[in-house]
Amino acid sequence: MGDRTFRWLTASCAGIVLLLIVGFFIRLVLSSRLSLGQFGWRFLVTSDWDPVSGRFGALSSLYGTLVSTAIAMVIAVPLSLVIALFLVELAPPALRRVTGTAIELLAAVPSIIFGMWGFFVFAPFMAKHVEPALGRSLGFLPLFHGPPMGIGMLTAGIVLAFMILPYISAVMRDVFQMVPAVVKESAYGMGATTWEVTRKITMRYGVRGLVGACFLGLGRAVGETMAVTFVIGNNFDISASLFAAGNSIASTLANEFTEAHDSTGLYLSSLVELGLILFVVSFILQVFAHLWLKSLTRKMGAGL
Amino acid sequence: MIHRAAAGRKLADHLLKVISACAALVGILVLAWILAVVLQRGAAAISWDFFFHRTLPTGEAGGGVGNAILGSAVLVGLAVVIGVPLGLMVGVYLSEFGRDTRLGTAVRFSANVMMGIPSIIVGLFVYELMVVPMHSFSGWAGAVALAILMLPVVARTSEDMLQLVPNSLRESALALGAPRWKVTFHIVFRAAKVGLLTGVLLAIARISGETAPLLFTCLNSPYWPTTLNGYVANLPVTIFIDAMQPYDDLVRLAWGASLLITVGVLALNISTRMILRRSGHE
Repeated sequence: MGDRTFRWLTASCAGIVLLLIVGFFIRLVLSSRLSLGQFGWRFLVTSDWDPVSGRFGALSSLYGTLVSTAIAMVIAVPLSLVIALFLVELAPPALRRVTGTAIELLAAVPSIIFGMWGFFVFAPFMAKHVEPALGRSLGFLPLFHGPPMGIGMLTAGIVLAFMILPYISAVMRDVFQMVPAVVKESAYGMGATTWEVTRKITMRYGVRGLVGACFLGLGRAVGETMAVTFVIGNNFDISASLFAAGNSIASTLANEFTEAHDSTGLYLSSLVELGLILFVVSFILQVFAHLWLKSLTRKMGAGL
Repeated sequence: MIHRAAAGRKLADHLLKVISACAALVGILVLAWILAVVLQRGAAAISWDFFFHRTLPTGEAGGGVGNAILGSAVLVGLAVVIGVPLGLMVGVYLSEFGRDTRLGTAVRFSANVMMGIPSIIVGLFVYELMVVPMHSFSGWAGAVALAILMLPVVARTSEDMLQLVPNSLRESALALGAPRWKVTFHIVFRAAKVGLLTGVLLAIARISGETAPLLFTCLNSPYWPTTLNGYVANLPVTIFIDAMQPYDDLVRLAWGASLLITVGVLALNISTRMILRRSGHE
């Protein structure tokens, strides 16, 4: 085999990766054209989901994805930040290795295992302990109204937070490690405490990296499927309460797909359109996060 | 005045240390909680029948997940056969030919993006690509979906591992007149053997628990997998379906299957880590 043939062969394999990404988009657009044509932009702003009369709208799924992801980010971002800080600056070496490994293994636990634990153990725990307490102390807010069922937006958001935490903290850890030791040491030399060095030097120096880490986590949270499907409750009503059951794009797909067989094909087509929305959103988030981190790496001259 | 400010700064510093240690503890506790639950409830399901019997019709007592274990092994095996050679070839291109080419940059970027695309999208894509034209859910479609999920992982890790091989090694082989493919497969691959292996193991760990793509491609079956042209039983979808049934027997099977998957995935991860450490990487 000549050198040129070999190069050409590997290049065409590499081309498959590009073809796949383009293929995802084209295939999903083609398969959802029935629903795209039927509902147009209204698909995004109606919350009907009625297979019997053939009316479909993505609003409740979009809302659920948005809310569960928002809860996950609100919890996971600060938690990841301090964990990354712990791993880089504060922990003694022995503890650092144990903690780092545990956090990385948390990322390896499959989504469906989070789902089993969330559904059978964590949701009852939420219903019994956390949600009643929230209802008592913050019940005046519409967010915390209603019966504590355990299954619902809040539980889904918290489980999601645990799932994306390792991804965010891993990137944040790399960002912290990219800050030149000289810069930190000069601050310490002037008598700054660890917190001051972190807030005024490390975080300011790495702020773009930290933002990039958040976007990567966001991209993961948006498409997380099985764990959310187990604990979100699969309900098409939009409710202001975080205790209420809802659904997300991914959970709707997982729950409805095997039943989606109607004579017109509109049901299936609407589900594929949901998938298309999810693909476009996560694609944009991923591209943005990677471009952002790439430009940062170039500027700071280190591998991330 | 100065003294009080110093005390406040010290307090804030101590507070940070306490908070960060607590946050780390939360991470560890969640992992421990999940593992404890899976171990405890899963162990109750483990028996001879669990491994060697197939799933019985809903409501009938007994039965196991033998068919799902076999099915999962077949699906993952087939995904490895499709995905690993392809991923390695992509890795070879990225590392050996496409360092700074436009195609190389685009493929590297796409592979990174692809790793973050939800697996359920890959399932939907393969459903439209294979299940609809073939008018049937099939094991082939399931394996292809898993292979697509493996591809970017194998490609990116193998690129990184091939990059670690010193250039002088390539140059000396080329100077002896060896063609590029021989240099790559006989010299560079041999030098990067351990790294490539860990990449493949990590990719297998990643797809072993994947549920959503299989839900759309090969679904599940109560029978032993005798053909890949129809529904094929597998562990993740078995968990998803059995866990939602109102029968304690089925829920117990779901926990047993969860234990198998968790132990398998974590064992793969930990052994990868140990292989890397022993060979002096990281």
